[in-house]
Amino acid sequence: MNTESNSVVNMPASLLSLPPVVVVLGHYGVGKTNFSLNLAYDLAAAGKQVTLIDLDIVNPYFRSSDHVEALAAAGISMLCPQSANTALDAPMLNVAIDTAIEDAQAGSNHVCIIDAGGDDVGATALGRFSKLIKQGDHAVLYVVNGLRELTKQPQEAADLLPEMEFTSHLTATHVVNNTHLMDATDESVVARGIEFAEEVARILGLPLVCTAVPLATEAGSVNLLTPAAQQLKESIDSGKLTCENCYFVRIYVKKPWD
Amino acid sequence: MGEKVLMKGNEALAAAAVRAGCRFYFGYPITPQTELAAYMSKIMPKVGGTFLQAESEISAINMLYGAAAAGARAMTSSSSPGVSLKGEGISYMAGADLPGVIVNVERGGPGLGSIQPSQQDYWQATRAMGHGDFFQIVYAPNTVQEMADMIFTAFEKADEYLTPVMILADGLLGQMMEPVELPDEIGELPEKPWATTGTKGKREHNIANSLYLQSNELEAKLLERAKRYEIILDKEQQSEGFMLDDAEIVLVAFGASSRIARSAVVKAREEGIKVGLLRPITLWPFPAKALEATMGTAKAYLSVEMNMGQMVDDVRLVVGKDVPVEHFGRTGGIIPTPDEVLEAIRTLNAKVGE
Repeated sequence: MNTESNSVVNMPASLLSLPPVVVVLGHYGVGKTNFSLNLAYDLAAAGKQVTLIDLDIVNPYFRSSDHVEALAAAGISMLCPQSANTALDAPMLNVAIDTAIEDAQAGSNHVCIIDAGGDDVGATALGRFSKLIKQGDHAVLYVVNGLRELTKQPQEAADLLPEMEFTSHLTATHVVNNTHLMDATDESVVARGIEFAEEVARILGLPLVCTAVPLATEAGSVNLLTPAAQQLKESIDSGKLTCENCYFVRIYVKKPWD
Repeated sequence: MGEKVLMKGNEALAAAAVRAGCRFYFGYPITPQTELAAYMSKIMPKVGGTFLQAESEISAINMLYGAAAAGARAMTSSSSPGVSLKGEGISYMAGADLPGVIVNVERGGPGLGSIQPSQQDYWQATRAMGHGDFFQIVYAPNTVQEMADMIFTAFEKADEYLTPVMILADGLLGQMMEPVELPDEIGELPEKPWATTGTKGKREHNIANSLYLQSNELEAKLLERAKRYEIILDKEQQSEGFMLDDAEIVLVAFGASSRIARSAVVKAREEGIKVGLLRPITLWPFPAKALEATMGTAKAYLSVEMNMGQMVDDVRLVVGKDVPVEHFGRTGGIIPTPDEVLEAIRTLNAKVGE
C-alpha cells in the first residue's frame, strides 16, 4: 500500500525550517495524527530522513502506527509501542526512541516527529523524554481545531495547554491551526478557523506556524481531488481566501469504507 | 439544531444524551467506549447531573434500575464483556417495566476477546440480553449523526413502552470522528405517574419490582407485556433502502458494516450487477416488512456482518428457503473491506445470475 506517499511538496517555509525534533500535541481528536503523517511524508519528500514516533499509549484506535507499511514505503521510519497493531491495550514505549532523538539532535539530516496522545493524559508519556528533547533545538506544536466540540472557543482551546505542558514537562513553541470538518471543509470553515487560531495564538503569545487545509480526494485515490476540494484550493491559491502559511494536507486517517 | 462540529461517536452519544434530558450516568471504563464515560464525567457536573463511576458494571446497571424507578432519564454504557455483566440487571429492568438506555460499543468476543470492533453481540442484544421472556428495542446507528439522533429516540421509546432500549454500536463507530449537528436540548419530559417519587401520603405506593409471588399474576404481566411487544413489532420497525428497486441481490447490513456494504454496492453497480442494500436501523424489531418488500426482485440475499453469521438468521426467517440467503463476515475484531464484500457479491451473482 504505497499509494499514501505524497509526491508534491507544498509545505510552507515555516514548516520546512522547523528544528530536528518536532513534538505534536493537542486536545484529543483535533487531528494530531493526520497532521503528523503529512509532516512526515512531506519532510521525507523534501529530502529529510524522517522518523515518526507514535507516543499515543492512551487510545488504540486511529493512530499513526496504522500507517507503518505505507510510511516504510516512503522511506520513513516508524517507532510505535511494541503493542501497537495488536489487541493489547498496554502503555508500552518503543525502546529506540531515545536513540532516534539523539541522532536527530546530532545535526544530521534526520528529523524526529513525535505524535503524542491526546490531552494531558496523552502528553504524560512525553515527560519521560522531556529532558532529552530539551537538550537540543526542538519545536512543540500545539494543534488546535476550532470545530472540535468543547474547544470551539479560543479561550477553551488555550485553557487546555497548561495541563499538557505540565504533564509533558515541555513548553509549546508554536500553534498549528488544524480547524476542519473532514471532507465537509469549505471556505467558511477555513476562514473561521484562521480567525479562531489567530486568537488562540494571541492568548498564548505564540506564533501561528501554519494553517492546515485538508483536501478531500476521491474514494480510493490520494491525488484526485474532489470538486469541492479543487474549488477550495483555487480560492486559496488565487488569493480570494487569505491563508497565511497555508499547508494543504491529505486525509490519511480514513475509515474502512472511504 | 446548531452548527456542525467534529465529534467521536462515543462523545456524540454522551452529548446528545444530556440534551435528551439524561441527568444520571452510571458506568465503568472499558475500551472502546471509555470516551463516552469520560465525556459524561466532564459535562454532568456542569448541568447539575450525576456522573458516577460504579465499582463494577453490575453496580452500574442496578443504579440505572434505581434512577429509572425514580423517574429519571438515565443511561449506562459499556462494551461487550461489560454488557454481558449487565444482562441480569437489564432483565430485572424489563421485569419491572423500567425505561432506561444501555449503550453497547461492541468489541471482539467471546470472553475478553479483543479491543477491536465487532458485531458479535447481535444475538445477545436481540434475543438473549437476559433471562425470561423479554425483549429490548435495539437501535443500530451507522453515522455519528445518527448516534446523536438515536439517543433521543431511545429515551423517547423507553418512556413510551416502559422498556430498556439498547443502542448497539461498535468500536469503529464509537472511535471515529465525523461532523455532527447536535440536536437541540429537549423541553418538557413526559410525566411518570408510576415513578417512586414518594407518596406524600396522597396516593398508593408505586413499586418497582420484578418478583411475583403468584404465578398467575406473573403470567398475566407477561401477557400484557407481550401485547406491548406486538405494538412495537408493528409500529417501530425502521430501515433504510439503497438501490433496491430492481435489486436481484439484496445485501442486508447494519452499523459500520452497512457503510462498507454500501461502498461495495456502488462498485458492483458499476459492473452492472443489480444489487441493493437494506440497512436495518432497528434490530429488534427487525425490519421484516421492508425486507419482505424486496422479495419481488431478489434472487439471493447476502447478510454482511462483523461476526460469524447472526443477523442472517433473521433474514432467513423473513424470506424463507426459496432463494439462497448467505452470510459474509469477518470477525474477531477484523473489519471487512469493500473489496472483500464486492468479491462476495460477484460470487453470489455468478451463482444465481442466470
